Amino acid sequence: MSQESTGTVPQKEKIVHRTLTGLNPVIESLLAAVVGLLVGAILMLIWGYNPWKAYSALLQGAYGDTYGWASSAARAVPLILTALTFSIGVRAGMTNIGAEGQVYIGAVAAVMVGYFTLPTGLHLIVGLIFAMFAGAIWSLGPAILKITRGVNEVISTIMFNWIARFLTFYMVAFVLVDPMRGEKTISIPKSARFPILIRGTDLSWSILAAVVFAIIIYFLLWHTVTGYEVRAAGLNPSAARYGGIKSKRTMFLAFILGGFSAGLAGATIVMGNPPTYAIISGMPQLLNAGFDGMAVAMVGRNHPIGILIAALFFGGLTAGGRMMQFTAGVPLEMVRVVEGVIVLTMAIPELIRIFRVARSSWSNLRGMFRRRSA
Amino acid sequence: MNWGFLLDLLRISLHAMVPITLTAVGEVIGETAGLFNIGLEGIILVSALAGALGAEAGGPIAGLFAGMLVGALISLIFSVITTYWKGDQMIAGIGINLFGAGFVAFGLIKLGAPGFHAVSKAAQIPKLQTPIGALSPIIFVALVIPFIVYWFLKRTRAGLILKAAGENPEAADVAGINVNLVRLLATTFGGVLAGLGGAYMSIAWFGSVTKDISAGRGFIALATVVFSGLNPLLALLGGLIFGFFQSLATWIKTLPSKPIPWQFVEMLPYIVTLLVVAGAIGRVRFPKALGKPYKRE
Repeated sequence: MSQESTGTVPQKEKIVHRTLTGLNPVIESLLAAVVGLLVGAILMLIWGYNPWKAYSALLQGAYGDTYGWASSAARAVPLILTALTFSIGVRAGMTNIGAEGQVYIGAVAAVMVGYFTLPTGLHLIVGLIFAMFAGAIWSLGPAILKITRGVNEVISTIMFNWIARFLTFYMVAFVLVDPMRGEKTISIPKSARFPILIRGTDLSWSILAAVVFAIIIYFLLWHTVTGYEVRAAGLNPSAARYGGIKSKRTMFLAFILGGFSAGLAGATIVMGNPPTYAIISGMPQLLNAGFDGMAVAMVGRNHPIGILIAALFFGGLTAGGRMMQFTAGVPLEMVRVVEGVIVLTMAIPELIRIFRVARSSWSNLRGMFRRRSA
Repeated sequence: MNWGFLLDLLRISLHAMVPITLTAVGEVIGETAGLFNIGLEGIILVSALAGALGAEAGGPIAGLFAGMLVGALISLIFSVITTYWKGDQMIAGIGINLFGAGFVAFGLIKLGAPGFHAVSKAAQIPKLQTPIGALSPIIFVALVIPFIVYWFLKRTRAGLILKAAGENPEAADVAGINVNLVRLLATTFGGVLAGLGGAYMSIAWFGSVTKDISAGRGFIALATVVFSGLNPLLALLGGLIFGFFQSLATWIKTLPSKPIPWQFVEMLPYIVTLLVVAGAIGRVRFPKALGKPYKRE
């Protein structure tokens, strides 16, 4: 135990997360997106679809008109928040993949608030706060296991996700169930819903909540001492410890902030998405919200601003994916395949170099042709 | 008192132990060499589908090989990214999991019914009749492999080379060991075992593929590896513990009195996993270079 005070014992260095050290973040993210879409196209060809038709339908559905933009933005709302959960973890030096379960718990908490009667507006705010705290409470388990026992957060958060899933199944089926319609929970009353932002679409003011939360996280992490400590502990835990930063405290903060964010994501899904404003049995609208957020976080380089843009891209994939399913017959699941390849590609640090090699060989080729024509 | 249920518990435990044990033992090999593969969940999932398709095309044995091949292939991609290309193991693993979830859901839709595909009886591995009931032959494979791997890791030169690549890649490199190749081979072999576990689930245990057939088993296997402290025999014990609690959950669910709602019973294996991991930490130590790409200076 006293070994540490000698200072000669080699400290266990953590590797800095890949997405924080990229040479050219924007190009790397774009390149990963292109590779993902290309692999998706190849798979579509193999399975006998027309990728060109599929992608043009997707693009049309996602960004073709106001309706497309609005539904892309509506899909982006929970993704922004769950991506923030993952990113706060990465900034603090952890791989927190617990957003998925915290989203479920947040949504359950939001539905619970539907049992109260409160004035319009206040009801919404109470619901959001309740959901945020529910998400944070669910992240306490992995946080405590990590801090007191050193349990790897990847394992603990996944176990908590599964426990949350069955807990939500139970709550939806037996506790919050709509007495009139057994296949869903009670609907959240009008007084606690986000008003619709663009008439005739499903984009509600919940996007404001997500953007404001992203800005708050940005200020917290980059413009406060606590945020600086969280990031410092994430970048180099041993140096931060010598500098007097308590890494257990920063880890705990990161878990709690992430829980707030994911809980809020769950609330935006049930309080801001017409037409049901309830959790449907089997919770199709909640599943994968947390996992998709991880892809958003990586492509957004774990920065709140990047996340906003990346979420609009992934939201577009999901929103346009429905058009792709309808027009080209490609199942919506293709979108997650593309997502997986994008994330896999994001793991490769040499990607940009491969890109440069390709570019230089291309200019060599062009130079060759120029000489020949001269 | 009818004690028949004890036999049932034992039988279900043995069946539930197989995918966890195989995957965990595979990951023990990979982690000994220094790669931390959190993409196991995705590998199990895709190989369960591949196993079913292979079995329907060429019989049960072909199914097992299809699962192992797909497991090896995905692990190969993972290990090329994380060794030669110095990629981040966490991100690559998460990518594999997302890909697997999408690919299997997509494949099931292509096969007809979304989310579910039943494997025909002829394509399933027949069960062996034993004194304690019908058991899948893969159970015996899963009981033997940990011992072989234990012998391999502790008693052979190749096992020592794996350890060197995980503990001190610089020294291993100086001693003429190709660290990246060793890690790649170790993780790919781990993928073969995870693929066998995946194919087992679809063609020898459940007889069907669902889009969440893996149900967190890849992560439970990772937890089992933590519990085992990279000892394959303890990984087998961890698999048996998990299998027991899963069979207990199955048994409670079928009780006619329904003492506990099924949703809470289903949580049991995950809660036990958390407790087991929390109890194991501190007792075990892992290779020094685990999770870090090896860069020659």
